[in-house]
Amino acid sequence: MKAGPLTLFALLYLLVLYAPIMLLPIFAFNDGTVIAFPLRGFTTEWFGLLLETPALHQATRNSLVIAVSVAVLATCLGLFAARAATRYRFPAKTGILAFIMLPLVLPEVIVAISLLVVLMQLGLDSGNWSIIAGHTLLCIPFSIAILQGSFSNMDQSLEEAAIDLGETPLSTFRLVTLPLVAPGIVASLLICFTISLDEFIIAFFLSGNAPTLPVYLWGQLRFPARLPMVMALGTILVVLSIALLVIAETFRRRGLRRAGLKDSGGFL
Amino acid sequence: MRDTSDTGRPQAIVTLQDVEKYYGEYHALRGISAEIRQGEFFSLLGPSGCGKTTLLRAIAGFEDISSGTIRLDGRDMEGVAPNRRPTNLVFQSYAIFPHLTVSQNVGFGLRKAKMSPEDKRRAVGEALEMVGLGDFGARAAHALSGGQRQRVALARALILKPRVLLLDEPLSALDKKMRQVMQVELIKLQREVGITFILVTHDQEEALVMSDRIAVMFEGGIAQLDDPETLYRRPASRRVAEFIGMMNFLPAQVTGTGPERIEAEVAGLGRVTLDAGQCPGEARPGAAAVGLRPESLTILFDSGVAHDREVRGTVAEVTYYGDMTYYDIALDGAPDTVSVSARNMPGRRVLERGETTALAWDPRALSLFC
Repeated sequence: MKAGPLTLFALLYLLVLYAPIMLLPIFAFNDGTVIAFPLRGFTTEWFGLLLETPALHQATRNSLVIAVSVAVLATCLGLFAARAATRYRFPAKTGILAFIMLPLVLPEVIVAISLLVVLMQLGLDSGNWSIIAGHTLLCIPFSIAILQGSFSNMDQSLEEAAIDLGETPLSTFRLVTLPLVAPGIVASLLICFTISLDEFIIAFFLSGNAPTLPVYLWGQLRFPARLPMVMALGTILVVLSIALLVIAETFRRRGLRRAGLKDSGGFL
Repeated sequence: MRDTSDTGRPQAIVTLQDVEKYYGEYHALRGISAEIRQGEFFSLLGPSGCGKTTLLRAIAGFEDISSGTIRLDGRDMEGVAPNRRPTNLVFQSYAIFPHLTVSQNVGFGLRKAKMSPEDKRRAVGEALEMVGLGDFGARAAHALSGGQRQRVALARALILKPRVLLLDEPLSALDKKMRQVMQVELIKLQREVGITFILVTHDQEEALVMSDRIAVMFEGGIAQLDDPETLYRRPASRRVAEFIGMMNFLPAQVTGTGPERIEAEVAGLGRVTLDAGQCPGEARPGAAAVGLRPESLTILFDSGVAHDREVRGTVAEVTYYGDMTYYDIALDGAPDTVSVSARNMPGRRVLERGETTALAWDPRALSLFC
């Protein structure tokens, strides 16, 4: 293909979009506290510093607990909703599904503030569980989108065939449905985990005095001396997120292959 | 090999009695009553949307019926779940489990069977052998061709030795050659296992080739239930006649009816006398139509021999099939052309468009639709 002006534009666009992220690993390994060029030399000191900060460890633990819970919860709920959406006809189906998918387009700040107001009205303490609730709300649409693909790619007569061959609806789900949508489930778990791990706004509003990793990171920005450490932490998070999304996509595609189907979209 | 009861008649294995099915306002099955006999190859034939698949799924237990009864092996099936019925279904898409091997697919239904693992393995091996897939056990199911998937689906259903095997358009996904091969194999297989087969198909040729008896369905009801030959020779209505094979219709005027003979004036053929049996239903004087199959008109290539009943016509169109040639011929005195088939025998030439020819016909081959 000839490199026309549009190709040039596309390349420039991608550069502007991703170049700032590339600064993260560059300064994470830079031997200097000032985030500015020219670079001073190579060091892994900032990564070492990460290991010696107990507050950071607590924040990491919080984030992991939340992310794992959210991944499991959102995927379970998404599983039910996706199956209902692809297998059954019921009144107001479109409306109900649109309602569930709404958080995808709702401003997160609004969601976060409303959740905070509800918590305060109920006189409940905010904590990990409230962030879990908020993130689950946010992740269910993603889970449904992924799993709906898995379910609609699956021939409906497979489940009927299992029942016809003597299985109960429950054992059919275990022996046929679950193995066939498993790649979708894994993809959903990983994507929900990643979304929750990276999410800032809801976590910021609801975390109280037990910050999650992104909230802790944001807090550290006030101390210029800690900035290189933030860069190091950011680097780790970026690498982790990309790795998880790649794994999730791999599973989704494997699922399609296993069912002998062509790819029909996806997140990546 | 058929079970016979004391009366000597084959026993009914499936009894349908006044089966009705509504989807909301839509009347999907209308008063279906039929007996399907033990060991029979039975077909439900009809155009798409006639309710044949709904009826099959109702027998399998995947559709509830609105009223009426379905008996399998003498037992009323109301409220009996599909996994508890003595039927197995071969799905149109075959529904081969893509995450399992061929052996695991075939052995799927044996999971709860009280058999030793060796016995199960042997049963799976025998089932695969039966459908000619002896060496395919270890293959991944998604790596099979259409015909092979079909065989796996058959083995998987037959391994459970159902009383009735239900087949939902099992050959429609195959190409023409493969379809013919599988038709023959299915007939052989059915004779071998002696299990009652109920086949759903929209392909009249397939139904004629394979079935002992055929129920022709239109708009949710059975229009005619007969063996293939009766169905072809003596269709119960003009609609059935049009659906089964090809039939020409000539306008006719019934001039006289008696208990045994019917007199009619047929366009192109002249005055004919028919047996009362050649008219399904009541013959009454007035306008009617006479049906005759393309092979019931014989083109007289060597016009030296005189025939009792001869008509003349002009060839309007020629369709050459290799073994057969189909001619559209405008008969003198008939409004439309009729389709006439002729076997291409050695020494017989193919007529050309515009040629005139003499044709012989036999009144016994006619059907009268009033």
